[in-house]
Amino acid sequence: MIELAHVSKWYGPTQVLNSCSMTIAKGEVVVICGPSGSGKSTLIKCINGLEPFSEGTITVDGVSVGDRTTNLPKLRSRIGMVFQSFELFPHMTACENIVLAQQKVLGRNRDAANAKATELLARMGLAEHATKHPAQLSGGQQQRVAIARALAMDPIAMLFDEPTSALDPEMITEVLDVMVKLAEDGMTMAVVTHEMGFARKVADRVVFMDQGSIVEDADKEAFFGTPRSQRAQLFLSKILQH
Amino acid sequence: MFTGFDFGILWLNAPFLWNGVLLTLQLTLFAVGGGLLLGIVLAVARLSSIKPLAWLVEGYVNFLRSMPLILVIFWFYTLVPKLIGRPVSGFYSVLIAFVMFEAAYYSEIIRAGISSVRRNQISAAMALGLTNLQSMRYVVLPQAVRNMIPVLLTQSIIMLQDTSLVYVVGLRDFLTSADIVASRDNRPIELYLFVAIVFLVVCFSASRLANRLRRRYAL
Amino acid sequence: MGGYNWNWPILLKEPYVTWIVTGFGKTILIAVIAWAIAFPLGSAIGIARTTDNHALRLGGTVYVETFRNIPLLVQMFLWYFVVPELLPADWGRWIKRDMPYPQFLTAVICLGLYTASRVAEQVRSGIEAIPRGQRNAGLAMGLTSLQVYRYVLIPVAYRTIIPPLTSDFLGVFKNSSLALTIGVLELTSQARQIEEYTFAAFEAFTVATVLYCTVTGIVILAMRILERRTRIAGTIAVGAQ
Repeated sequence: MIELAHVSKWYGPTQVLNSCSMTIAKGEVVVICGPSGSGKSTLIKCINGLEPFSEGTITVDGVSVGDRTTNLPKLRSRIGMVFQSFELFPHMTACENIVLAQQKVLGRNRDAANAKATELLARMGLAEHATKHPAQLSGGQQQRVAIARALAMDPIAMLFDEPTSALDPEMITEVLDVMVKLAEDGMTMAVVTHEMGFARKVADRVVFMDQGSIVEDADKEAFFGTPRSQRAQLFLSKILQH
Repeated sequence: MFTGFDFGILWLNAPFLWNGVLLTLQLTLFAVGGGLLLGIVLAVARLSSIKPLAWLVEGYVNFLRSMPLILVIFWFYTLVPKLIGRPVSGFYSVLIAFVMFEAAYYSEIIRAGISSVRRNQISAAMALGLTNLQSMRYVVLPQAVRNMIPVLLTQSIIMLQDTSLVYVVGLRDFLTSADIVASRDNRPIELYLFVAIVFLVVCFSASRLANRLRRRYAL
Repeated sequence: MGGYNWNWPILLKEPYVTWIVTGFGKTILIAVIAWAIAFPLGSAIGIARTTDNHALRLGGTVYVETFRNIPLLVQMFLWYFVVPELLPADWGRWIKRDMPYPQFLTAVICLGLYTASRVAEQVRSGIEAIPRGQRNAGLAMGLTSLQVYRYVLIPVAYRTIIPPLTSDFLGVFKNSSLALTIGVLELTSQARQIEEYTFAAFEAFTVATVLYCTVTGIVILAMRILERRTRIAGTIAVGAQ
């Protein structure tokens, strides 16, 4: 479904991605982890073309992302993305946030879009917050609305860029629960996160990045059991302390 | 020597003063309207990716902001008739001066307003599949406008006060009318105090409104 | 521009050269003295508005709101025509007859007090932009309120408000032109006078414009250097509108 082949990227003289290759099959859940600055956020933003890349190819459901002739907005409408800072549109209510792209990109009429929004919010347990503005919602609620906003587009895959890193501890669970349910329902997911508990629960594979390169790419059991690289071991030992 | 207030003089000259007020309001309205329109054009040019255009506008804005408004008024007052080739009423020359001057300030406010919308908001909009134009229309501009309006209002209040400078070319706005009465009847205190109080009340109320707008709508 | 005869050399003739030079000198003098009044006074008022003392805050607010809601030109007329009449008879007489340079001094005081209100606003927002935690940390260490202002708040606030203060400083230069309405022969009025005598409008105004732009350019450059020299890592400039 998603294939990255030898993807490299330079910011001026600095190389931020170093020949990264990986595949995500349909229905797979891949967790990408690694220390700060390892390039994991950049890599995931390359998948839907939010970040350009200098070398290599990325293909999503047969469509090449780096190709100049690709209709990027159309491709992006088929991939859902959830950001660390939620990025709900503050001048719209929760419902309006979810309805906007349905109407303007997918061309759904207002009633259909509203119905979908209501259904998704109910699924998240946020039905009574539909007419609230983001400023009136907690971080965990905002992030769940953000996930609903992405799901409303009926995406073929979902990308998560550190979805819980900006949340207070007591709200992390509610968001992770939503993501676990998504995974169990068979969504193709690429998740950049530090939450190893989540990885252990639902990930199929874990990818470890360091300094722009993919250092390790293994099945969940293999990764947590016997990580092959020293850097992965060091990283794991640091974050598994808590 | 001060012989006691005689505020009756205000009542006596009310029609004359009122005409001055009307001129002040006219000037302000047209200057704000024209300045905003031109300001939007300039801001868009400044934000565009056509480098020479952006530079030109930046130069224009910086140039106009380095000069006193009085000098700009003199420039246009003497130049506009020469450019057009025949005498032009002072009102129009001065109006053009105000529009060109204020547009520089408005364009900066508008530019800052648009730039203030976080880049991540644009990323989020694009991630949903919205095109550049759609992101501008549904995500960036609504937020930018809400942040801009209080500041634009404040700048317009400044514009209202700046119109009093037409005194230097003899246009009969509120202040100049009051000045004419003051010198003719030798009652500067009542007249100038009256003008000051009117401006104080109007501008103070308007700035309170701007504050309330900012508190309510800023994002 | 049909029928306009260019006449640049006339600017080099007497008395026009002297007019320009003295006019420019007056402009600079007015601006500098007015700023010398405005900066300390404005700082005091701005700081007063950030204290917990109700009277100080109210006084500061009244001052600022009065001076920023009346057009500067109206203020100029009030100072020149009205104040001497409202003061006790002896003072009024002295101002009108015996005070040296009445127009110049009036203009300077008017401009100084007006600009002080702008400086007060910048100082106030600079201090208020500092997180409350900084003040609390200072107090918790045992510093007095005064010491907290002196060592914690003011050094940081003044650095962050350099850009908006620069624009207010330039404002003083530009506003000095208003002094022409009460008869001070500063740069703009001299340019206008040259225009009236020689009809060389374009040339006269160009000289004035060039001089104003030069001053602006130099001031902005100087302030940028000052900003770079005093920058604290990680702070963003802040200011009042």
